[in-house]
Amino acid sequence: MITLHHPFTETAVRALCAGEAVRVSGRVCTGRDRLHKHLAEGGACPADLRDGALFHCGPVVVPLSPDPAQPSDGRGGWRVVAAGPTTSIREEPYMARVIERFGVRVVIGKGGMGEATRAACARFGCVYLQAVGGAAALIAQRIKRVAQVHFLEEFGATEALWELDIEGLEAVVGIDASGRSLYDEVRDASAMRLRRLLG
Amino acid sequence: MDWTDTLAELIRRTTSDLPADAEAALCRAVDVESPDSQAALILRALVENTALARQQSTPLCQDTGTLTFFWEVPPGTDTAALEQAARNAVARATHNGWLRRNTIDTLTGRSVDSNVAEGCPVCHFEQRAADGEGSCKTPRSMGVPPMKHGQDARATPVRKGFCKSPEGHAAGIEVWLLQKGGGSENMSRQFSLPDETLGAGRDLEGVRRCLLHAVWQTQGFGCAPGVLGVCIGADRAEGFLVAKRQLLRSLDDAAPEPELAALERRVLEEANALGIGPMGMGGTTTLLGVKIAARTRLPASYFVTVAYLCWACRRRGLRVSSDGSLHWLN
Repeated sequence: MITLHHPFTETAVRALCAGEAVRVSGRVCTGRDRLHKHLAEGGACPADLRDGALFHCGPVVVPLSPDPAQPSDGRGGWRVVAAGPTTSIREEPYMARVIERFGVRVVIGKGGMGEATRAACARFGCVYLQAVGGAAALIAQRIKRVAQVHFLEEFGATEALWELDIEGLEAVVGIDASGRSLYDEVRDASAMRLRRLLG
Repeated sequence: MDWTDTLAELIRRTTSDLPADAEAALCRAVDVESPDSQAALILRALVENTALARQQSTPLCQDTGTLTFFWEVPPGTDTAALEQAARNAVARATHNGWLRRNTIDTLTGRSVDSNVAEGCPVCHFEQRAADGEGSCKTPRSMGVPPMKHGQDARATPVRKGFCKSPEGHAAGIEVWLLQKGGGSENMSRQFSLPDETLGAGRDLEGVRRCLLHAVWQTQGFGCAPGVLGVCIGADRAEGFLVAKRQLLRSLDDAAPEPELAALERRVLEEANALGIGPMGMGGTTTLLGVKIAARTRLPASYFVTVAYLCWACRRRGLRVSSDGSLHWLN
């Protein structure tokens, strides 16, 4: 199995082909609807996304200490008990812009993305990885540490930007940097079969 | 008995422990896919994840979903107290990390960190008549018409959980919890027949066309392999409720009406021939089950309502008998 480690180089990313299984390690940042809208509309990103990975994920987190005085936007202090990909297509209106603005190399999510993201992957050297949807206990096990959290107050825990240190997260290349999308292929082939079934 | 404790335990089991029929279906699917495929890799991860979540008592999916409690209570029950216990249990389960902070104030955009708000969690109460005789009573919304004594076998209840237990439970309380994630809820939909673009008329062939179309449209969204809960007929609101309740049925049962059972089998087989596969990456496992119920309709209306559920079909039930003893129902 191919292994990818942060920081992700353009060469490593461009070498990947749709359908290949990979394991991802190192720093990964989570982001969902609120963050993508913020970033695409010109907002600043407190985490460094250049040559980084953006994971479409809202984790289940619990504070390590029950102390309510613990700084809410600081380093550590949290444990991820469940984490997995959310449906990526919701970020389609923003994704291409975010890849371009911040130099994101790896997007991790589920279900694939649209034409604009596919084109941005090819143009800027980015890859879209399919994580296993709903496998939250397994994926949480790959998360070794919460390094930092941003936008906790503003966006809430689920939509916040969590900087996670991960080890060996399993994924499959869904859209590669040559612009090939496995989802488009499955969609086209299944559309043909559906037409045959419905006569 | 403390209902808050009991319901918190129901949430823990539901969120972390996939029912045996769903786990068995995933295991069977691993064997059907070719060993080196993405489909097999994904399905093996789902099976491994299922065991891990159960062992750790952690959520098997991070989207712990909308919590809907389906209650069946005897006459005179204080339902407000039960609803309050459900709310307390949700707050406790959230604190314990069994539920994600999963509730957003729609107007302010702020997180409601307790997961408790007006109408949240959802509770549906049905009163069970205290009919002491040996027949089974199936709630109207389970997809089977209410049974009258002497009616034929078409009214046989479709799921054991809503049957009268041998000792009778006229004074007991039964509750089922469904946790349904947002990705799958976004994929639930309603068709109004006839639908010219689908070539779907007002008959079971039209229903079949709607269902296959719905499965095709769902690829890349709700996590496949999924389950379809379907209601044919009813009005729009009742259609969604009945469709959702079908998701409480075991994957291994069949609709009591032969024509609906046949349609369930056919749509399952045809959907799995589309080649969509787990997570929409190709393969032969797109659906784990199809569960259809029919209701009457107005002459002017013919709705086909589809409640899509992802592979993480989190449903658990319990019954508290009149003597206070607790029985887990799956």
